[in-house]
Amino acid sequence: MKYELTAPFTKQKLAGLKAGDTVLLTGTIYAARDAAHKRLQEMIERGETLPFDLEGAIIYYAGPTPARPGYPIGSAGPTTSGRMDPYTPLLLEQGVVATVGKGPRSEAVIDAMTRKGSVYLAAIGGAAALIAQCVKASEIVAFEELGTEAIRALEVEKLPLIVAIDGQGDSVYDGPNLHKT
Amino acid sequence: MREINVNEITKAVKQLYIDTNYHLAEDVKACVGQCAQKEQEPLAKEVFASMQENARIAEEGVFPICQDTGMACVFLEVGQDVHLTGGDLKDAVNEGVRQGCEEGYLRKTIVKDPFDRVNTGDSTPADIVIDIVPGEHLKVTVCAKGFGSENMSRIRMLTPGAGVSGAEDAIVEICKEAGGNPCPPIVVGVGIGGNFNKAALMAKKALLRPLGEKNADPFYGEMEQRLLERINGLNIGPQGFGGETTALAVHIISAPTHIAGLPVAVNINCHVVRHQEVIL
Repeated sequence: MKYELTAPFTKQKLAGLKAGDTVLLTGTIYAARDAAHKRLQEMIERGETLPFDLEGAIIYYAGPTPARPGYPIGSAGPTTSGRMDPYTPLLLEQGVVATVGKGPRSEAVIDAMTRKGSVYLAAIGGAAALIAQCVKASEIVAFEELGTEAIRALEVEKLPLIVAIDGQGDSVYDGPNLHKT
Repeated sequence: MREINVNEITKAVKQLYIDTNYHLAEDVKACVGQCAQKEQEPLAKEVFASMQENARIAEEGVFPICQDTGMACVFLEVGQDVHLTGGDLKDAVNEGVRQGCEEGYLRKTIVKDPFDRVNTGDSTPADIVIDIVPGEHLKVTVCAKGFGSENMSRIRMLTPGAGVSGAEDAIVEICKEAGGNPCPPIVVGVGIGGNFNKAALMAKKALLRPLGEKNADPFYGEMEQRLLERINGLNIGPQGFGGETTALAVHIISAPTHIAGLPVAVNINCHVVRHQEVIL
């Protein structure tokens, strides 16, 4: 199935999505990768107020290239999600409804996703220039000193994504022949 | 004796680093085009179509092909009759990377220390490999190596009893373990023989061979073909969504090794194989 979704959205809206569906996503997503995840985890552990509200948030694993003058952003494709696996269950507990990246997730993440009813969407790795054209605005919301690893609020329009792992834990990475050698 | 000012190397590195990040090479485009034809699954087809459209957008010169504009791996083939003037060779290479990063709007992608993780702010230093060869030319090759795929690269210190089948099993296993992480379809660079460090370097150099160019050694050419078929049989497919194309190519470089050893290194590259060269 093909869906057009506008963020923010409730988990009920995500419940119908099935692994393999395609989504055009419009709205605000937060770009955050390795260094930002480490800092968010430390802040949560210390009980500090976070730089943005995780309740209902969509996190995109990405660190863009610098924006040229007159453009909101540079290339902005997804990075490998697996590196964020150790942090993800905690962020899902805090209310994150969807994560966006590339590549498979750990069992611990999938368990947390099914518990919380959140989904994992795949952007196409290496299609960074194509994705950049869907980004209409970008604003740093935290950790500016991290450069490309700062947290950015991205306004996206019709960002093409694939439901890689749905809220029931079904995954496009579990093809019938995937484990054949 | 020929004199070459290192400023020429700075200029070459800068230009190659920028160009390779905006222009997907013709051999890669051709290979991607051929593999796209084989796919039946809608998701696999969609991924290929996006890859091709992405390359077209990048060529307009605003957005690099990938946001991971890569660690600059610079290979210098220096003729032994060349005399380099005007400054330190490695400084000149790093200056080229710095200028390329700045002027090409490439991502600042290198941290100074593996643990403190402070960004160097200009994607330096480069990984520099220098070979001294006969002649009076100087060849500069710049490879922009992404780390999603680098992270899935592995070395196995096999022993002679493993033989061809053990080596092939190890290579396929490494690609299977990499799965959807390194942005498949991948290019698989393999170094067999040498020692621990040489095998890894050969695996990286194997990625520099143009796609579609056959191995000069028929034994290794056939091994590459067998491996490509087995890896594509894994059904990892484009982006790990399943499909016919898990790898675009397997390239092997071999070297003499120790009587006790059979090192096998696998350097994985995503479909965005970025390297360009110039002869000064």
